[in-house]
Amino acid sequence: MSTATRSLPRTIGAHAILITYTVIALFPVILVVMNSFKSRAGIFGAPLTPPTPKTFDLIGYTTVFGQGDFFHYFQNSLVVTVLSLFFVLLFGAMAAFALSEYRFRGNTLMGLYLALGIMIPIRLGTVAILQLMVATGLVNTLAALILVYTAQGLPLAIFILSEFMKQVSDDLKNAGRIDGLSEYTIFFRLVLPLVRPAMATVAVFTMIPIWNDLWFPLILAPSEQTKTVTLGAQLFLGQFVTNWNAILAALSLAILPVLILYVIFSRQLIRGITSGAVK
Amino acid sequence: MGSLKIENVKKAFGPVEVLKGIDLQVNDGEFVVFVGPSGCGKSTLLRVIAGLEDSTSGRVLIDGADVSVTPPAKRGIAMVFQTYALYPHLTVKNNMALGLKQAGTPAAEIERRIKIASAMLSLEPYLERRPAELSGGQRQRVAIGRAVVREPKLFLFDEPLSNLDAALRVNTRLEIAQLHRRLKATMIYVTHDQVEAMTLADKIVVLNAGRIEQIGSPMELYNAPANEFVAGFIGSPKMNFIDGARLGETAKTIGVRPEHLTVDTKSGAWKGTVVHAEHLGADTNLYLDCEKAGLITVRIFGVYNAEPGATLYATPDAAKTYRFGADGKVLR
Ligand SMILES: Nc1ncnc2c1ncn2[C@@H]1O[C@H](COP(=O)(O)OP(=O)(O)O)[C@@H](O)[C@H]1O
Ligand SMILES: [Mg+2]
Repeated sequence: MSTATRSLPRTIGAHAILITYTVIALFPVILVVMNSFKSRAGIFGAPLTPPTPKTFDLIGYTTVFGQGDFFHYFQNSLVVTVLSLFFVLLFGAMAAFALSEYRFRGNTLMGLYLALGIMIPIRLGTVAILQLMVATGLVNTLAALILVYTAQGLPLAIFILSEFMKQVSDDLKNAGRIDGLSEYTIFFRLVLPLVRPAMATVAVFTMIPIWNDLWFPLILAPSEQTKTVTLGAQLFLGQFVTNWNAILAALSLAILPVLILYVIFSRQLIRGITSGAVK
Repeated sequence: MGSLKIENVKKAFGPVEVLKGIDLQVNDGEFVVFVGPSGCGKSTLLRVIAGLEDSTSGRVLIDGADVSVTPPAKRGIAMVFQTYALYPHLTVKNNMALGLKQAGTPAAEIERRIKIASAMLSLEPYLERRPAELSGGQRQRVAIGRAVVREPKLFLFDEPLSNLDAALRVNTRLEIAQLHRRLKATMIYVTHDQVEAMTLADKIVVLNAGRIEQIGSPMELYNAPANEFVAGFIGSPKMNFIDGARLGETAKTIGVRPEHLTVDTKSGAWKGTVVHAEHLGADTNLYLDCEKAGLITVRIFGVYNAEPGATLYATPDAAKTYRFGADGKVLR
């Protein structure tokens, strides 16, 4: 730490800003979690107070667990997110390596083409995707979601990872070639470990939109067998009556797995964001 | 075992020609240094020899066999890089062993070779450490050790000392020279530093802008440079070049090395004013602004006291003066 950032008014100022931001960012989450432990009357009577012995109620959670297949929805969400993440990272890293390592005709053009997806939202193609899934018989399968999310995540992954891979020392890769390592070994054993922070960054940015998505599960896989958590929670949103206890409980539960994945990646993530800033 | 022949090798990156036709013969056991300014294509030539880069045209022969389609690992070469390029996740021992394991060498043999190499480079205490736990000099010795255990026909060094500090550079240079004497292996060494070239080489290849300017032993290059570029590149401080017309000579340029000039306070060929004096102890470099010759450098052995502004006369040693034509070639 430099002495300038240690002066008291600056410290207070910085902390005030950070604390304000944290409160604003966490407020909705805390509100959801807090109210999920309250009775219906408690939620509507005093939505901003924490549960008191009078308003404390686990009705939301018992409804969620009682209402059939919530565990199954969780499993679907987890399978879709983890597999999509795996494919995005694997194919994204491989494409990025090819683009940054090998000189071939159309390299730049290919890079641009692959990055184009960052600017064009995949939802614009929903109708065509649905027709495709119907034609291939993939409607109401998790595979449909995994394919779509992999396609959705790849452009940003390739864009970020190829920048990082360009920074991996040529000498190191060449040393591997002289020692007789195959291109695959060089990629998996030498290059991937060195871009791990970037991989974690990409993982977090890819994972959250997939976990939270409602659009594609609703359109491509709405069946009972393939419902994800976000879609499952809609069960309690009625046209006339909405079971707020259950919705809040379902949402609170939905935070957990993504939180766990985040903690796994976060140590790497922080290094990813700050890498290059400090030598 | 370990001769190299390069026949008319050219290399272009897109429209940019980096190597413009290189012909070279390296004999078994020779220590050859490629020297030239940054960006002249030394590393590219080395990578073509190693097989890390395909040449656009021409042939590379190792021990008489064309290796144009042989992958780097099968060419019988080992390479040491400027940035060390050690595998960060492996210990020193495994860094050295990896290439041999890939080639299917028996474990006992690997063990034996690592033992010899690590003794040679005093690496025994560090065998179980990772590269991150070593100093720069130690890392470069590991990189050299990794090359030694392969027992290659041809060692390739790409500016191996550039990342080391001055004192370590001299030590490691000495180690490389001893290594060459002990292994009697063929070595090709790339550097932009003419001092390294002069001190290590049996044979120096001076490169400039993708072409070979001259090939010869250090003393041949020093005493009989073929052209202005080589004359200016070899020797430190750099040779003085004086416009021939100013001296009333027919040659385009006249060249005199700073050490082949003498100074006198009373009389001499070129009258000049002292601009600056550098005292190095063993010798003194004087910068003189001469009426006839312009700004020149004079190297005097031992201590010489001269105040800036003082008038001195410099006289070149006529037998060691070089004359260059308009094309830069030396006139005989
Ligand atoms: N992969 C590459 N693509 C395009 N140009 C390159 C590449 N590698 C080297 N060059 C160019 O070739 C020239 C020679 O490079 P190099 O052999 O590394 O020089 P040196 O080692 O003598 O300093 C430089 O001008 C460099 O810009
Ligand atoms: Mg170089």
